[in-house]
Amino acid sequence: MTARRRIGWSLLGAAALVLPLVVYPVLGADILAWALFAAAFDLLLGHTGLLSFGHAAYFGCGAYVAALLATRLQAPFPLNALAGGVAAGILSLPLMGLSIRRKGIYFAMITLAFAQMVYYIANQWRGVTGGENGITGVPRGHAFGVSLVSSTVFYYATLVLVTLALLLCWRIVRSPFGRILVAIRENEARAQSLGYAVGRYKLIAAMLSGALAGLAGGIWVINHGFVGLDAVHWSTSGTVVIMTLLGGMGTRLGPVVGAALVIALRDAISAWTDAWGVVTGIIFIAVILAFRRGIVGTLEGALGRRAAPAPAVPAPERPLGTIR
Amino acid sequence: MIENLLLQVFNGLVNGAFYALLSLGLAVIFGMLRVINFMHGALYMLGAFGAYLLTAWWGLPFWWTLLAAPILVAAIGLVFERLLLRRLYDADLLYNLLLTFGLALAIQDAMRIRFGMQGVPYGAPAALQGAVEIGPLLFPAYRLFVLAVSVLACLGTWWLIDRTRAGLIIRAATERPMLTRALGVDVDRWIPAVFAFGVALAGLAGVLAAPMRNVSPVMGADLIITTFAIVVIGGMGSILGSVVTGFIVGVLEALGAVYYPSAANLVVFILMAAILLVRPAGLFGSADAG
Repeated sequence: MTARRRIGWSLLGAAALVLPLVVYPVLGADILAWALFAAAFDLLLGHTGLLSFGHAAYFGCGAYVAALLATRLQAPFPLNALAGGVAAGILSLPLMGLSIRRKGIYFAMITLAFAQMVYYIANQWRGVTGGENGITGVPRGHAFGVSLVSSTVFYYATLVLVTLALLLCWRIVRSPFGRILVAIRENEARAQSLGYAVGRYKLIAAMLSGALAGLAGGIWVINHGFVGLDAVHWSTSGTVVIMTLLGGMGTRLGPVVGAALVIALRDAISAWTDAWGVVTGIIFIAVILAFRRGIVGTLEGALGRRAAPAPAVPAPERPLGTIR
Repeated sequence: MIENLLLQVFNGLVNGAFYALLSLGLAVIFGMLRVINFMHGALYMLGAFGAYLLTAWWGLPFWWTLLAAPILVAAIGLVFERLLLRRLYDADLLYNLLLTFGLALAIQDAMRIRFGMQGVPYGAPAALQGAVEIGPLLFPAYRLFVLAVSVLACLGTWWLIDRTRAGLIIRAATERPMLTRALGVDVDRWIPAVFAFGVALAGLAGVLAAPMRNVSPVMGADLIITTFAIVVIGGMGSILGSVVTGFIVGVLEALGAVYYPSAANLVVFILMAAILLVRPAGLFGSADAG
C-alpha cells in the first residue's frame, strides 16, 4: 500500500466516522445503504460487463423481506437485513438465470422487464407488500442488546455492516474468481475457450450482486422505517446506474463516491425544486457524453495509476440486426 | 361466451396495434443506428400531448393532429439525434441506451412539472364516437379506426423499406454499411432520416392513444418496458417479426385478462421467460444477435 493510497483510505474512514455529525444521521445511513447497493451493482457492470437495468428488483425484494421480518416476526436488525439479502439472492437465481441467456443490450432490456414484473407483483400482492400503501412502521429494534432507535446509533451499526459487506465486495473482485469475471468482460469467447464455464460464472456473480443489493435494501428499509413501490420502481434501477457511472464503474471506490454524491445532491436540491428527474436526466446525459470514466476513474487516470477499465462490452464490428 | 371472447381478441388486437407501432419504430431505428431508443416511450407520450396541445391551443381538429403531431415528434427526436445521439455512434451500444434513458427521464419529468401527474382528457372526434355493428358484435368505432391506421402504417413502412429505392439503400446500409459507402452512398446522411421516421411512428401511436388512454406524462414509461419485453420475444430480426409479435402479445395479454385477471400484466413477462428458455434469440431473431 503506497503512502498516497493509505492517506486516501484514512480520509475516507474519517469521513465515514464523522458523517453523522455533518449531515443528519438518517441521510448518512441512507448514503451507506446506497453505497453498498451501487457497489453490488458494479460487481456486474464494472467487473463482469453486464448492465443490469433491473436491480431495483433485488433492492426492493430485500427491503420488503426485511420489513416483513421486522414488523411481523420482530426479527432483530442485522438478521432481518441479512435475510433480505438471502431472499434477493434466491430471487436472482431464476431471473438472472434466464437473463444471462442473452448478452449486452438484450441483457439490459430483459433485466428491466423482469424488474417490471417484480414491480407489478409487489403492486398486486397487497396482503404481503401493502400494495400502494407499502409497509409502514418498520421498527429498528435492538441489536445485541443495544437500542437502535437513535439514528446516530443506527448509523454506526450500519457502518459496521456496510464496511464488512464492501470488504466482501472488494475481496470478490480481487479473488481468482473476480479475475475470471474480468476475463469474461474483456473477451467472453476467449474465457470460454480457456475452459471456464462462462454462464456459471456470470450467474454466480449475478446472484452475489443480487444478494448484496438485497442486503442494501434491507438496511435502507430499517433506516427509513418504510418501504413502498418506489423501491422496486424502474427509476430506482436507473438511480443505481447513474451513481455507479458518475463515481466510476469498475473502480473500487467509484460506486461509493457516486452514491454519496447523488444522495447528498438529491437531499440538497429537494429544498428548492422537485425536478429531480430532470436533474438526474441531465447528469446522465453529461456523464455519458463527457465523463464516461466517472470521478474515481478520472482521478485514477490523472494520478497515473492503472487506467480505468475499458467499456463494459467492446463495440461489435458486425451488424447486430438487419432491417428485413 | 364466444362473443365475449371475440371482443377480447379484438381489444387485444387494438392494444397490440400500439405494441406493433412502437416495436416497429424501435426495430427500424435499431437496424440503422444500433441504438435501443429508451426515449421511445417518452416520444409516444409527446405525441399524445402534441395532439392535445395542438387542439387546445390552436383548435386543430384531431384529423390534422394525426399528421402534425408525429411530424412534431420527429422534429424533436431529430434535434436530440443531431445534438446528442450522433456523438455516440462509435461507442458501446450500452451508452446509447443510457443516454436515451437520461433523456427519457428528463423529458418525462419536465412534462410532469408543466402538466402535473393527473394528465389531461382528450375526446375522440365526433365521427368516430359510438359503435359499429359487425354481425352480432358491436365494436367501438374509434378502436376499429386505431387498428386500421396501425395496420396501414405497418404496411406502409414495410412497403417503404421493401419496395422503394430509399428502402433499398437503407437495407443495404444496415446490412453492409462499409460496402454501401464504397458504392458511393452517403450512409451518414440517411441516419437522421431513419431515426426521424422511427420516432414519428412512436408519435403516431401517441396521437392514436390520446382519445383512448389518459394523456399523462408517465403514459409511455411502463409501455416502453413492455415493448422491450416484446422486442426480446420477437427478436430484432425483422420488421414483419416486430409487428406480428406486437399483435400476438396484445391478443395473449387480452386472453390472459379473461382467465387470470390479476395476472394480466404479467403475461408478457411470462412469455418472455418462456421464450428465453426455449428460443433465446426470439421468435424471429437470428442466433448470432447476442
